Amino acid sequence: MIPGPFQRVMFALYTVIFFLYLLGPLVVMGVSAFNTPQYPQVWPIDGLTLDWFAALFADQDMMTGLKMSLWIGLLVVCISVPIGLAGAIIMTQIQPRVRSLYYLVVVSPVLTPGIIIGISTVVFWRQFTGQTGTRFLYDGVVLTVLGQASFISAYCMLIILARLQRFDRSQEEAALDLGASYPQVFRHILLPFLKPALASAAVLAFLSSFENYNTTTFAILSDKTLTTVLAGRVRQGSTPAISALAVVIVAVTVIGAIAFEIYKRRADAAAARRQRAALEAEEAELAGTPTPAMG
Amino acid sequence: MNGSLAFIFGLPLAVVVLFFALSAYERRRGIATGPGFFQRNGLAVGLYLVLAVGFWAFFIILLPQLAMVDMSFRPKLPPAQMGGPKDLYTLENYRYFLFGSTTSTAEWNWLHIKAFFLTIGVSILITLINFAICYPLAFHMAQSASAARLRVLLLLLILPYWVNEILRAFAFRVLLSSGGIINQLLMGSGLTHEPIDFLGADVGLYMGLSYAYLLMMIFPLYNAIESLDRNQVEAARDLGAPWWHIHAFIVLPHAKPGIASGCTLVFMLTAGALAAPLVLGGPRTLWFTPIVYDRFYQAFNWPQGAAYAFILLVSCILFVLVVLKAFRLSLGEITR
Amino acid sequence: MAAAVELEGVNVTFGDFVAVRDANLTIEPGEFFSFLGPSGCGKTTLLRTISGFIEPTRGQVKIGGQDMKGIGPNKRPTALIFQNLALFPMMTVAENIGYGLRVRGVPRHERDEKVKTLLIQVALSEHGHKKVSELSGGQKQRVAIARALAVEPSVLLLDEPLSALDLKLRQHMRAELRAIQKRVGITFIYITHDQGEALTMSDRIAVMNAGVIEQVGDGRAVYAEPRTPFVASFVGENNRIRGRVSAVEDGFATLDTPLGALKGRNPVALSVGQEALLFVRPEVLRLHANGGTSGFAGETLDVAYEGSVSHITLRVKTGQKVTASVGGGVPLPAAGEELHLGFTPEDGLLLALPEGHGR
Ligand SMILES: Nc1ncnc2c1ncn2[C@@H]1O[C@H](COP(=O)(O)OP(=O)(O)OP(=O)(O)O)[C@@H](O)[C@H]1O
Ligand SMILES: [Mg+2]
Repeated sequence: MIPGPFQRVMFALYTVIFFLYLLGPLVVMGVSAFNTPQYPQVWPIDGLTLDWFAALFADQDMMTGLKMSLWIGLLVVCISVPIGLAGAIIMTQIQPRVRSLYYLVVVSPVLTPGIIIGISTVVFWRQFTGQTGTRFLYDGVVLTVLGQASFISAYCMLIILARLQRFDRSQEEAALDLGASYPQVFRHILLPFLKPALASAAVLAFLSSFENYNTTTFAILSDKTLTTVLAGRVRQGSTPAISALAVVIVAVTVIGAIAFEIYKRRADAAAARRQRAALEAEEAELAGTPTPAMG
Repeated sequence: MNGSLAFIFGLPLAVVVLFFALSAYERRRGIATGPGFFQRNGLAVGLYLVLAVGFWAFFIILLPQLAMVDMSFRPKLPPAQMGGPKDLYTLENYRYFLFGSTTSTAEWNWLHIKAFFLTIGVSILITLINFAICYPLAFHMAQSASAARLRVLLLLLILPYWVNEILRAFAFRVLLSSGGIINQLLMGSGLTHEPIDFLGADVGLYMGLSYAYLLMMIFPLYNAIESLDRNQVEAARDLGAPWWHIHAFIVLPHAKPGIASGCTLVFMLTAGALAAPLVLGGPRTLWFTPIVYDRFYQAFNWPQGAAYAFILLVSCILFVLVVLKAFRLSLGEITR
Repeated sequence: MAAAVELEGVNVTFGDFVAVRDANLTIEPGEFFSFLGPSGCGKTTLLRTISGFIEPTRGQVKIGGQDMKGIGPNKRPTALIFQNLALFPMMTVAENIGYGLRVRGVPRHERDEKVKTLLIQVALSEHGHKKVSELSGGQKQRVAIARALAVEPSVLLLDEPLSALDLKLRQHMRAELRAIQKRVGITFIYITHDQGEALTMSDRIAVMNAGVIEQVGDGRAVYAEPRTPFVASFVGENNRIRGRVSAVEDGFATLDTPLGALKGRNPVALSVGQEALLFVRPEVLRLHANGGTSGFAGETLDVAYEGSVSHITLRVKTGQKVTASVGGGVPLPAAGEELHLGFTPEDGLLLALPEGHGR
């Protein structure tokens, strides 16, 4: 399609404005992390400094919150990925007539505001632990993990389900036919097939947990995660140390993304190499190079 | 007390038993064939599946929601009196939302009502604005961008979302504060002499909210438009259809599930946003979620907080239902 | 010795749909047995019933004389080669072949020995470490066979294993499969919709149609002695002429047809007055033949010259098309030429009209 010059100019303008809007605030914040004034400032640049990074790492609360966030993220991964996996498998096996009801229930957390999930988690578990004499479970970490697991498990389920729907049932049957038991089929065939989806689900679960605020702020009770500490700091007033934190987060994730991209390219190249080998073998066979006779 | 415990453990049990009964019935009637659940998965894996999903569906999703709704209909009592003779169901918390404290002289609880409707109204507006902002780019990415450019665009889009919501809101504060770069530019160019109070006027809040969930709009749109055959658009163009016609009658109908999914997500996230109002809101800012928050941690009135949360939940559910109805879609089509 | 596989009144239904109807069959040990039938006739369903993925709605499956009711696919002495092979993509070739032994808890070194032997047998000893995706179609085929043979099944079930292969490779693999079967000596049950495959490889063939086993016999029997019109027209080319029986005499009958009275063998004991079909294979029709044989005339429509044979298509009086195949050295007619076609009564075959067949 050939848009006219006017349309093209308009679209270019729109794109520029769009990305200014999208990236501008981050750039501004990023620059302020290196500027000397006490208040996050972009212009004029009074002087370059790394002091704000030092201040960030010296901030005990932030560091404690960071450790807590990492720990919670890990727990959420350990809970949500298995739940999401089970949820996806059940989805493929449940009777068709109740499937949509089941779907509605397990996907509803995705469409429920985070604060409501946080509130309901706290309300329920306060009551439940009180009644069953398991008060030790009424703990910020436990509640946060449970609250976050409600919607993060649904994300995991959706990711795993997408791959599961491409699963070739005959693989399962082939293993059974060779004498595998059902648990063996699950371990040897289904899990390896789902591995890429499980890995993406784990990464997504960790990131969603790490950056969650709405659910966490209710469920964390008296503990603190990085996001709740951050929210407190931001409310107290602006300091460039907060900008520095954003810079660190972006840097870490960009490095991670690049590493992943490199890994993926290598894997793709290996797959392409295999494909070529198969084609060559095929051609050799068709060209009549006699495959050694049997027996 | 023990009644509610019996309910908590009885409900999941009853539902699981019901499922197996249904499955046994279908097998008997020959509707379902093949191996049964435990035969198909083995005992260990089968138990894991039932327990994991049962725990999730009941103890993480349903029972907490029910507990919250239940609490919203109870009076605020000191712990000692809970479950006692005074613990009766009441509409007091909902009455409070409408009319305020019994001692107040005002006719209506205007503050909370206004905040609620403003939140819903602004969320709808922001949803529409985000759709308008994202549609052209999503269409371009899905239909005419080259592979290389697409990679760059996707990267640029995802980048801001690696930093969390609070930091994104904070970036807007840096940008829009009275000493921020926007005000510097405006004053430098002589357009104003005084810094404009963007944050006090809630402009910052609304921009920050729109900004925060842009990605939740653009990706569902992009995915939906991408599945549209490029040839179909080309063909329409060859037949001389004007551009607006192509969008209105070919692209938009095709992208319906994506539009619905983007809109529900953005609305839900905006109406439920807590970080942006905390960071970008002024003392006079009206937004519903901070009010809910305050019921819990300022007023320490949990039943009232639960009632407010339930009101928010119901409006979100209504919004989803209206969108589904308007677009004639099922839930499964929008959550992908 | 007990039969390898016995089917006794096996029925398989999906809801209201009957996929296999009343299958009765005995397959002997060491036999190469084929199921031949068009797509959707229930071949795969029957095979899956034997291997245990489907429980028959009615009837019994016995393997080695033992009733298989309630015995799952992983407990049966059968191995199945799937239509799509179903090799495990995340495992290497050697791991694929050794999988059945691994789940049986065979110790590693023993397993490795066995896999090595099998790799040599299927001429893949160089490829054990490769991933399945690196192999060609024929190689994958052999991996699937080796994987199934590794568990030493008493019956090997093959579901159209060659259908995905290139024509040339397919013919090569036919011979190879047959050779493997001879060598390992176990029962092969082979499914195909390709009659060439069934005829060249099998000891016996069961011809299936719409869930029903129509005829069981060796290749010669189903080709030369079909007992139902379906078998007669599905196995090999056949011309079909409809009529009414006018006379019966020891083993032969005469059929009144719009093309005149035609005489053929009468193996199903038709009686006078019955409606019937006459089948004549293209290769038994003689051109210009006269005297002592049944025959009819037709107009040449098309001549397809293939060297050693030529196929002549004619239109007969009723408008129906008839094909005759003649060997080299026979003078070929030109298009439009009137021809007389003849055949001896021994080469004509009369069969009863299938029920509900009103054409
Ligand atoms: N699980 C099932 N539920 C319902 N119908 C089925 C099921 N499996 C098979 N069928 C039906 O049973 C019939 C026989 O199927 P089957 O797969 O056995 O055919 P087939 O002879 O193997 O065909 P093909 O040569 O195409 O593989 C088909 O009409 C098919 O639609
Ligand atoms: Mg089949």
